[in-house]
Amino acid sequence: MAQTVEPADARADAEAFAPASAEPAPRRRRIPTPYLLITPALILLAVVLLWPIVQMVWYSLTSFTTRNLLPNQPGPEWNGFAHYQQLLTDPAFWTILRNTVVVCALMVGITMVLGTLVGLMLHKLPKWFAGFVSIGMMLAWATPALSASLVFRWLFLPERGLVNVLLDRLPNWLVGDGWLEYNWFLEPGSLFSVLIMVIVWQSFPFVAVSVLAGLKSIPNELYEAARMDGASAWKAFWNVTFPMLRPLFALLLVLQIIWDLRVFTQLYILANSFQNKDVYLLSYYIYQQGFTASPANYGMGSAIAVVMTVMILGVTAYYLRIMIRQGETR
Amino acid sequence: MTAIDNTTGTAARAGTATASAGGSGSGAGRGGTRAYRRSPLRRLRSLPLYLAGLAVFLFSVFPVYWMVVTAFKPVGEIFTRDQTLFPSAPTLAHFDRVINGQLIPGVNFWQFLGNSLLVTLFAVGMGAFLSLLAAVAVARFRFKLRTAFIILLMVIQMVPMEAMIISIFLNFRQLSEASGVQLLGNLSGLLIVYTAVSLPITIMMLRGFVAAVPKELEEAAAIDGASGWTIFWRILMPLVAPGLVAASIFAFITAWNEFIVALTFLGRSTDNYTLPLTLSYYFGRFGTEWGPIMAASTLLTIPVMIFFLFVQRRMVSGLTMGAVKG
Repeated sequence: MAQTVEPADARADAEAFAPASAEPAPRRRRIPTPYLLITPALILLAVVLLWPIVQMVWYSLTSFTTRNLLPNQPGPEWNGFAHYQQLLTDPAFWTILRNTVVVCALMVGITMVLGTLVGLMLHKLPKWFAGFVSIGMMLAWATPALSASLVFRWLFLPERGLVNVLLDRLPNWLVGDGWLEYNWFLEPGSLFSVLIMVIVWQSFPFVAVSVLAGLKSIPNELYEAARMDGASAWKAFWNVTFPMLRPLFALLLVLQIIWDLRVFTQLYILANSFQNKDVYLLSYYIYQQGFTASPANYGMGSAIAVVMTVMILGVTAYYLRIMIRQGETR
Repeated sequence: MTAIDNTTGTAARAGTATASAGGSGSGAGRGGTRAYRRSPLRRLRSLPLYLAGLAVFLFSVFPVYWMVVTAFKPVGEIFTRDQTLFPSAPTLAHFDRVINGQLIPGVNFWQFLGNSLLVTLFAVGMGAFLSLLAAVAVARFRFKLRTAFIILLMVIQMVPMEAMIISIFLNFRQLSEASGVQLLGNLSGLLIVYTAVSLPITIMMLRGFVAAVPKELEEAAAIDGASGWTIFWRILMPLVAPGLVAASIFAFITAWNEFIVALTFLGRSTDNYTLPLTLSYYFGRFGTEWGPIMAASTLLTIPVMIFFLFVQRRMVSGLTMGAVKG
C-alpha cells in the first residue's frame, strides 16, 4: 500500500535525486518533463485566476463602467487613485468595512472556540458515541451554502418560522413579546446574528474534526505527567494541548478568517436584495458595484476588491510563513 | 462505502498527514490507548459529557432535519403558526412539483440537473487529469520554478472568487470577443472556471500521494524496460488512485455548490442554469413557497452528503496539511 510507506523516505529520495538532476543536462535538447507536466495546469490557472488579479488592480485605477463596454465607445480611462480616495472618504464604506471585520471576527471566534470545545469533547467520549456525534456534524458540514441559507431563512421567518413561533410561545417575562412578527432580515444587528449562526453551524465541524485529529497525536504520557504534577484540566489544556497544537490552531485560524471574509451566498439569500446598504459586507458590496448598480461601476468594484484582497493576502502571508516553516514548499 | 472506506482509514490519514509534514512520526494518530475499565461511577460522572455530545448532535442535525421535514409537509402545515416537529400527513407533492413541474417556466428539472452534472463532471475529470500531471511534476522532479509554482498555488488558493468576480467576468467577456466563441451566457465559461478553481488544492492533495509511492518501484519497472507511460499507468496510477478519488470528490463538491460565478456568467440565460442558480431564482420569484424550496434544497444536498461520507477524513488532512504532526 502506498500509505504504509514511510513518507520521510520519499522525501529523502527526492533530496537524493536533486543533485543528480543538477548535473549537466542530457545532450538531447527538449523541454524538460516537469515543465511539460505543469504547463496545462499553469496555463489554465494563469488565464482564469492569475491574470484577473492583475486586471483587478488595473481596473481599480481606471474609470471603468458599463458604458465602456458599449460598441464604438472609448475604453476605460486612467484616473489614478480617485476610487480609493472616494472610498476612504466615504463613511458608508467605512461602515461596511467595520461590519465586515466585526462579523468576520465573531464568526471566526465563535467557530474556533466551539470547534475546539467539541473536539475536546469528542476526544473524551467513547468511540461509538463520538462517531455518532461526528455523523451529525457531517450533515451540517456537508450542507451546501445555498441550502443552509434557505433553511435558516425559513427557520427565522416572520409569522411562520420555527424560531419566531417558539420565541413567541416562551413566557413574555423571559424573552419579551412581539417575536412572532419580528423580521430578522431588516436590521444589520439581527441579520448578521442569523448570518453568523449559519456560518458557525457550517464551519465548526471542520475545526472540531481537525482538533480531534490533533489531539490524537499528542502522547498520553504528557497528560499523565501533568496529572502527576496536579494540573487541572484547564491548566493541562493551556500547558500541554495548546502548545502542542499551536501550528494546527494557527492554520485553522487563518483558514477560517479567509473563508469567513469572503462570505457571499449566505448573505445573498438572507438579505435577499441589494436595497439595504446597511447590511452589506465587502464581498456583497463588490458584487453590487459590478452587477446590480446602474450603471455598473467596474472600477469602483475592483477598488473594493483590491482592499479585500490586500486584507486576505495579509492573512495569507502569515499562512505562507507557516507553510514554508513546515517545509510544504520544499 | 466499502471500497473507498478501506483507503480513507486512519492508516491512510496518518500517512498523508506525515507525508506532507515531512515528519517522522510513525506511531502517531493512534490515540491514547484506554486500557483501564470504566467503573459505573465513572460512567455516571461522564453523564454531562454525553449530554453535551447529544446537544452538539441536535444542533448540527436539526436544520437539516427541518429542511427535510418541511419538504414532506403538506402546504397547510407550512402556512401556519402552529409548526409541528413531524408532518401529520407526509406528502411527496413538493418533490413532484420540483421534479415534474417547472421551477423556471419553460425549463424542467432534468435540464437543470443535466447542466449541473455536465459542468461538475467535466470539472472533476479535467481537473483530475491536469492536477495529476502537475502533482507528478512537483513530487517527482526538482526544477527551477518548482518552489515558485507551489507558492503560486498557495496564493491563488487564497484569493477569493468573490473579490475577483468582476475581473473574471470581464476577462471572459474579452476572451469571448477575441476568440469568437461565446463563453458567457452558456456553460462553456463555467466549464473552464470550475476546472481551474479546484486545481490548487487538488494538486497539493495529490502531491502527497505521489510522493508516497516508493521510487524503487518505478526504477525497477524502468530497468525491466517499461516506458514512461507504462510506468505512469501501471505503477503510479493504481497506487495514487485513492488520492485521486479524494481529490475528485473535493472538486465535485466545490463545483456542485458553486454559486457566484454561475450567477454572473449565466445572467438571464435560464436554459443553462445550474441547480443552485435555479433554486436561488425560484426563491427570488416565489419566496413564500417553502415546500418546493425545501424539497429542492434537499435534492441539492443529497449528492454532497453521499460524497462527504466518503472523504470527510481526507478533507481534513488535505486542508490542514502537515499541521498535525506526529
